[in-house]
Amino acid sequence: MSAVDITFYINAAIAIYAGWRVFVTDSMVRASFFLLISFLAVGVIMLLLAAIYLGVALFFMMAVEMMVMALFMVMFMMNPAGLNPMKMVHQEKVAIGVGLVAFLALSAAALFGQYPVRPVPEGLEPVVSLGHELLGDSMLVFESAGVTLLATMIAVVMLTSHRGRYGEANHGSRPPGLEPGGDPADKPSESEEEGGHHHHHH
Amino acid sequence: MTLVTLLMVAAALIGIGLYGAFSQQSFVMLMMGLELILNGAMFAAVSFWALTGGGVPEGQLLTIIVMAVMAIEMAMGFALVVSVYRAKQADMTEALDGLKH
Repeated sequence: MSAVDITFYINAAIAIYAGWRVFVTDSMVRASFFLLISFLAVGVIMLLLAAIYLGVALFFMMAVEMMVMALFMVMFMMNPAGLNPMKMVHQEKVAIGVGLVAFLALSAAALFGQYPVRPVPEGLEPVVSLGHELLGDSMLVFESAGVTLLATMIAVVMLTSHRGRYGEANHGSRPPGLEPGGDPADKPSESEEEGGHHHHHH
Repeated sequence: MTLVTLLMVAAALIGIGLYGAFSQQSFVMLMMGLELILNGAMFAAVSFWALTGGGVPEGQLLTIIVMAVMAIEMAMGFALVVSVYRAKQADMTEALDGLKH
């Protein structure tokens, strides 16, 4: 077994183990760090497979994305430091069944499929060929991805801004009255029941 | 490092991600399951590119697009989590039962 094979097996084991530990750990920030470790291991395997740009892009993109996830964990979860044991799952048997079925079906497709053997040619420079492809034949895909990212940024700012359509967020989603100082011009909504077990009022 | 081994590792990642996406009650953990699925899918795409694609550039392009989709999905998902929390004080999936039968 060559050094490449040993590195691959170690990183594959790290990726799968860290992926499993994401959902088993108590501390939420450690869950996002385990996910980061899984991504870094997959990035190392991508470097072994000669996808140099993709491996390094995985490293730096996933580092930042997992930090953002850890931030959202601390914002939204009640046990970020892992001081209490915690297992918040629902429909666990269904979930295990679905995961197993997916793994078995995809492994069967991998084992019994007839795939041609066409390895990467010797003199290929993967970064140069990716650059030529992105900015040449697939320029439309590249630019569409850019516009989609812009639309996402606008949508995210709209969804999370404190200002509604007509004013501040608490009052800004009802249109103003037909007469000045009158009732809002849309139908009054029923009072909705409070959801969730956690009542954080601020 | 044959194609079958690589694809089985990718299948394991996708299976674990599906388990997480189906079973977790918190929105953020659900999204971590989705991230694992996309991780497995990207890994499978790169292994197909390297071992059966002959280094054709569209293989890397697909992986880059999946990475961009991952970023978009995370951004939109967290924006929706924030606005759902503001509207209903809900931080678990069980708390959203407006459309429940």
